[in-house]
Amino acid sequence: MKPNFEPGGKLHAFHSVFDGFETFLFTPQTTSSSGVHIHDRMDSKRTMIIVVSALIPCLLFGMYNTGYQHWLACGESHFPFWELMLYGFLAVLPRIVVSYVVGLGIEFAVAQWRKEEIQEGFLVTGILIPLICPVETPLWMLAVATAFAVIFAKEVFGGTGYNIFNVAIVTRVFLFFAYPAQMSGDKVFVATEPILGIGGTAPDSFTGATPLGEVATSDAASGLNITGITGDPISLWDAFLGLIPGSFGETSTLCILIGAAILLATGIASWRIMLSVFAGGTVMSLIANWCASPLYPASYLTVGQQLCLGGFAFAAVFMATDPVTAARTNTGKYIYGFLIGVIAIVIRVYNNGYPEGAMLAVLLMNAFAPLIDYCVVQANINRRMRRLKTKES
Amino acid sequence: MSIKISLKKGLDLDILGGVSDLTLTAVAPSTVAIVPDDYPGFTPKPAVKEGDRVESGQPLLYDKFNQQIKLVSPAAGTVKAVVRGERRKIERVVVEIDSHAKEPSAAKPSAGNADDARALLMESGLWAMMRQRPYDIVPDPDAKPRDIFVTGFDSAPLAAPSTVYLAGKERELAAGVELLSKLTEGKVYVSRHDGEALKDIPGAEMVDVSGPHPAGNASVLIANVAPVNKGETVWCLDIVTLARIGATVMTGKIPADTIVAVTGSEVEHPRLVSTLIGAELSALLAGNLKKETHHVRIISGNPLTGHRASMDGYLRYPYTQITVIPEGDDVAEFMGWAALSPKKSSVSRSFPGHFLRHKLNPDARLMGGRRAIIMSGEYDKVIPMDIMAEYLIKAIIARDIDRMEALGIYEVAPEDFALAEYVDTSKLPLQQIVRDGLDYLRKELK
Repeated sequence: MKPNFEPGGKLHAFHSVFDGFETFLFTPQTTSSSGVHIHDRMDSKRTMIIVVSALIPCLLFGMYNTGYQHWLACGESHFPFWELMLYGFLAVLPRIVVSYVVGLGIEFAVAQWRKEEIQEGFLVTGILIPLICPVETPLWMLAVATAFAVIFAKEVFGGTGYNIFNVAIVTRVFLFFAYPAQMSGDKVFVATEPILGIGGTAPDSFTGATPLGEVATSDAASGLNITGITGDPISLWDAFLGLIPGSFGETSTLCILIGAAILLATGIASWRIMLSVFAGGTVMSLIANWCASPLYPASYLTVGQQLCLGGFAFAAVFMATDPVTAARTNTGKYIYGFLIGVIAIVIRVYNNGYPEGAMLAVLLMNAFAPLIDYCVVQANINRRMRRLKTKES
Repeated sequence: MSIKISLKKGLDLDILGGVSDLTLTAVAPSTVAIVPDDYPGFTPKPAVKEGDRVESGQPLLYDKFNQQIKLVSPAAGTVKAVVRGERRKIERVVVEIDSHAKEPSAAKPSAGNADDARALLMESGLWAMMRQRPYDIVPDPDAKPRDIFVTGFDSAPLAAPSTVYLAGKERELAAGVELLSKLTEGKVYVSRHDGEALKDIPGAEMVDVSGPHPAGNASVLIANVAPVNKGETVWCLDIVTLARIGATVMTGKIPADTIVAVTGSEVEHPRLVSTLIGAELSALLAGNLKKETHHVRIISGNPLTGHRASMDGYLRYPYTQITVIPEGDDVAEFMGWAALSPKKSSVSRSFPGHFLRHKLNPDARLMGGRRAIIMSGEYDKVIPMDIMAEYLIKAIIARDIDRMEALGIYEVAPEDFALAEYVDTSKLPLQQIVRDGLDYLRKELK
């Protein structure tokens, strides 16, 4: 089969695709021609696959929670586990398929056009996209946003490793700003229609806002009123477990922490970034809470609520740690992470228009990461210059 | 008083096929070769023709731009071939050894002052065995070294312990240091690995280094003792060369004997061999390879920085090691990226084998595809110098001279990036990038 794809073969036009599948199935037999003769086993395929496996707990919990919220919306009081899971699975499957087909399709085409190997960066992005979008996002919007992000946030810069902005976040932000009516409010976060006969239909009067959405519109003078979609109050424990409305995979802080444990144990993600995002978020939450004002209802949220609600934890663990778009120097990582934490809470608290700030904070800091690194590298350069000067004097 | 350096960064690769028994086997090669590519910065011109008779220590090649710098024959015999490659570039000069040749008579040379010392080093070919920073090339005769650094041990995987060669050569080492100190106003530093039995050498500043590879690299020693600044030149050499310099000063004869570790998982009996500089590999490996059907990779040198060779190749300078590992081009590894097998080890904690600390049995595969730099901080973990490796590599690729200088390219040699190249998940050819960068810089700033 292989000769068909080699230069001169009938199917040479699909060489990159063939190569992509071949190296996916078998470790390449290419041996080193110059330089070191031996290489470590770690490669970018494995790096990406570890991140995908760290996302599995969030994905599974997202399925369950989607079903659970739907059952709640339909007014049920009995929650059959496998039906919930199946409902969630059916809800997310088309989104995963659309995200991968669109994104990988573009990647394959570009790789073929550039005559390069297919790069595996989209393996992670493709699963992140459905996880950070509301479950009711229309499929065509998802397709448009994914295509936009892959082309304009990644391929125009040169592909995986060269992009400035996190591709998954660009997808999410594109959806948020291009289709604001559909992407926020109280209709998109909970599935209301039956899928393939599973589940029921929620009553028209049903509203399912996210807790942060409720906070942003609540009257702080009468106290924060965070409730689930049935009107029962949401405790910190609920928010930690994740049985609350929200984007598909980012409600459960517990599952996110399991993912974080996988990433840190394998050494794939930077603990410096993760730790400092949480530190920044904690510090800013304390400050906001200390000078809480009725003008800004979210300032009444406690530190625990700030860190557990919304997309903060997910952004800290899976988004901020993207090695390509994050700061690359060790000192820079602390600064980068800390500022993401601070800015996420600042946007959340002091801008009532945006109930969630984590994605914008990551995007903003993506833009500043090279500047932070520049300063850190400059310190190294200055050290060298000083050494030279003391010699000369 | 010695300086102490303790290094945290780096990586010791525990590879199968190391030498455990330090007894020596003598191997007399029938041919030896000098490869001018092993002496970066040296532009070879032949000093002999095919068929010429040469004495041991007689020049075979000289440098086009500094004619006093020479490469000499390790043995007496006849010049068998001056092998040329593309564009008539001299690839190697092969000498067929005449084992009945009489030892040339030698007189104790005069090396009383700096000029005599320089002339002696250049004439004897020992000059070309040294390197300078910046550029990692054969020292420029016009530049005065600020300091001279001698690396006392080889920390590369499977390397031969230098102590075997040095046994009983205390006087030579002292004489070598005495000669080198005439050439610099600074100090002569000699590094010594933690717990190795190298005694203090009179006249030298001893540096005790502890830590994993690349602790034995010259750049690491320099960076942690007295880093090179722009405009400065330092020399570096290994301790075997230092002993040779000493012996030459004492007797007038240039020792061409060397001790080579024949190592690697494809070698039947890893052993130490005493032979000549530039010995043919067929003699060193004769009858000592495992009978396997798969391809093997013969490396003249260590697995990180050595040269790919074949059975008709030669021992390359400065290596004292031959490594033979499986080529690996026949291994069909299904979904290797998903492997959970404890037998597969890695520096990454994502492989269960990482925790079991098995001996590695690496083959020559890249183990992945070449990518852009994705992961951050990988290189810095294995480079124990104050160098921002990733940024330096990017500056080199961009051919940005100011930034290369600012990021310290004068302090590094390609070998310092060998471990980074080994651990790199993007499988980039970092050593080649650094070598190209150094050559580019030298050409532009001439």
